Amino acid sequence: MRHLLSTADLSKDEAVGLLDTAAQMAATQSREIKKLPTLRGRTVVNLFFEDSTRTRISFETAAKRLSADVINFSAKGSSVSKGESLKDTALTLHAMGADAVVVRHWASGAPYQLAHAGWLDAAVLNAGDGTHMHPTQALLDAYTMRRHLAGRAGGLAAPADDGVGADLAGLRIAIVGDVLHSRVARANVALLHTLGAEVTLVAPPTLVPVGVEAWPCRTSYDLDATLADWRPDAVMMLRVQRERMSGGAGAFFPSPLEYTRYYGLDARRLAQLADHAIVMHPGPMNRGLEISAEAADSDKAVIVEQVANGIAVRMAALYLLMAGDRSAEGNDL
Amino acid sequence: MSTDLTMGTITYVLRGVRPLGGDAVDVVLADGVVAEVAEAGSATAEGATVIEAADHVLLPGLVDLHTHLREPGREDAETVASGTRAAAVGGFTAVHAMANTSPVADTAGVVEQVHRLGQQAGWADVHPVGAVTVGLDGVRLAELGAMADSAARVRVFSDDGKCVHDPILMRRALEYVKAFDGVVAQHAQEPRLTEGAQMNEGVVSAQVGLAGWPAVAEEAIIARDVLLAEHVGSRLHVCHLSTAGSVEIIRWAKSRGIDVTAEVTPHHLILTDDLARTYDPTYKVNPPLRTAADVEAVRQGLADGTIDIVATDHAPHTREDKDCEWGAAAFGMTGLETALSVVQQTMVDTGRLTWSDVARVLSTAPARIGRIEATQGRPIAVGEPANLTLVDPTATRTIDGAAQATSSGNTPFRGHELPGQVVATFLRGRATVLDGAPVAPVDGVVSAP
Repeated sequence: MRHLLSTADLSKDEAVGLLDTAAQMAATQSREIKKLPTLRGRTVVNLFFEDSTRTRISFETAAKRLSADVINFSAKGSSVSKGESLKDTALTLHAMGADAVVVRHWASGAPYQLAHAGWLDAAVLNAGDGTHMHPTQALLDAYTMRRHLAGRAGGLAAPADDGVGADLAGLRIAIVGDVLHSRVARANVALLHTLGAEVTLVAPPTLVPVGVEAWPCRTSYDLDATLADWRPDAVMMLRVQRERMSGGAGAFFPSPLEYTRYYGLDARRLAQLADHAIVMHPGPMNRGLEISAEAADSDKAVIVEQVANGIAVRMAALYLLMAGDRSAEGNDL
Repeated sequence: MSTDLTMGTITYVLRGVRPLGGDAVDVVLADGVVAEVAEAGSATAEGATVIEAADHVLLPGLVDLHTHLREPGREDAETVASGTRAAAVGGFTAVHAMANTSPVADTAGVVEQVHRLGQQAGWADVHPVGAVTVGLDGVRLAELGAMADSAARVRVFSDDGKCVHDPILMRRALEYVKAFDGVVAQHAQEPRLTEGAQMNEGVVSAQVGLAGWPAVAEEAIIARDVLLAEHVGSRLHVCHLSTAGSVEIIRWAKSRGIDVTAEVTPHHLILTDDLARTYDPTYKVNPPLRTAADVEAVRQGLADGTIDIVATDHAPHTREDKDCEWGAAAFGMTGLETALSVVQQTMVDTGRLTWSDVARVLSTAPARIGRIEATQGRPIAVGEPANLTLVDPTATRTIDGAAQATSSGNTPFRGHELPGQVVATFLRGRATVLDGAPVAPVDGVVSAP
């Protein structure tokens, strides 16, 4: 693996290997000294063309725990906001000798271009591009599911060893909300399919993309029926962007109240979940809109743990891309 | 070789050519016209330049109804001179220059400027397209009559790049141009359905996460416009239709006797939206590349006559407008120098069109729609203006954007091998291209169309 651009590029072995490496990374994080010397002398650039404090801090923490030097390069307060092109930025980072570039961009495909245009020879990690992909989010979600649910399809006992070595075969995952604009949903659908889980997308029809029929998942417009009849092992609530409701004639649903009524995870729906089921959210949450306080704060919620797991997963990704044997490019995972 | 100084032309003998792909003959060009059509190997003309062209196909000079020459305003991407040189290399003897320049071609002054620049360049006849609305803003009709009466004699009006989406404005435009036998060429794109749109909406857009440009946004406008044209008894031209549904609507409209013509671009005959998976903005174009089913539908529509013409929508862009994120890149691709080859590959080599059909869809029909049929798209017969294109259909060539005559490198066929080579192009008997290379016009020999 040379870059991490899309979860659709990962084979099952690569994905399981990445999660297993993340588990090893997580184990080191319970030590008193959390820092590992692995990437000493290597440089990671966080290149953020779009605000995302959470993801940037998570990547920064991951890189620092591996002893890499970290440079934060954000569109605000840099030459990017003066109109420097993606190409010039890439050439600059190349000249500075970046070993890995973590890129968040408003344009779908920008990380792919960085990786393939020949401007840069660093490893490229996609930290979210437009409405396309967010691979490390999907990996941390899968990692979290595996810890709680691996081997529990049908309600078996929790995995003893955090599920190391396991895939997600047979698990049922409901992803609820704004699928149309969600890179998290796209990244999850591809990865969960690769890992053997079944996915149902639940959303109002206006927030399901045309062309979804080619995705390896089911689609439902009915959250209550999905919870009652399909019995998901995990429910992932997607953030609803405020601007999606205020488009006048182009708004995607009539009102926040109506959205919450049909697609919000409220206390009543929370109570319908199986005992072992978990509630997930990529954050930041709109409490009272897509998720109620009862659900967000319940014992089933693993939302805070997702954040912690994000650091381990990002450490694993950086490690595998940067410390792997470059001579064995393509199969070093 | 002799030069007739009064006419500025050389006499040419084209030996063994096949007019419209038919039987081999010799064709003599002199004094700007076809002087003789004789049995192969028999023609002689004193002092003539003889071009041995056995098995080459002779076509009437190609006519593009849809070219962006970018001048005035974006001379960094293309000029009238560079764009018409590219046209000549592609076998064209006339182009219609779209109105979305800066300033917009919405006055007699601008269209006359573009027309004059074309005459000065001397590579091909330039027929400016007039804007339908002032500044392409879709609010007020431009002075269509003044443009029609100008020295440029505009007959095609279009807000191309933008759609005349207001139905009452479209109705008025359709009606108004009847006074001077004009035509409105509509860029069919419902604006509200395509806000922020980046590519065809479908399976690929759902995967790559680029905002969708749905087929219905094109089809809804075409459906409305053919009904408007029927209601007011006007003729309508539909630019670059790209979807199977659009072909169906045009087929239905023609079956009702509605006076509508339609064009397809070379790229919509061959490329699909799968190319967006590369995120290479070279493939970003408006209307977007569609699905394989749409490609098959437009080929069928062109083969059965539902689609009247092929027009390039040649849209040069500077590197900085393409060397960037897909979402930030300009829409458009070049096409003048590859159009004939793409038509040969997709339609002739597949047996769906004859060379005579190619002459119709790339010359005769566009000349008629643009009302320049008195000088362009003529039969290959004695006395007719010598606007001709000589093609070697057996040649193959690999496309190199940097080697093209256009100023811009945004060809989607970079590195592709395409069949067919334009060997020579003649504009009123004067060679603008010989041996596949442009021949610079000599001062003082350029005559007005």
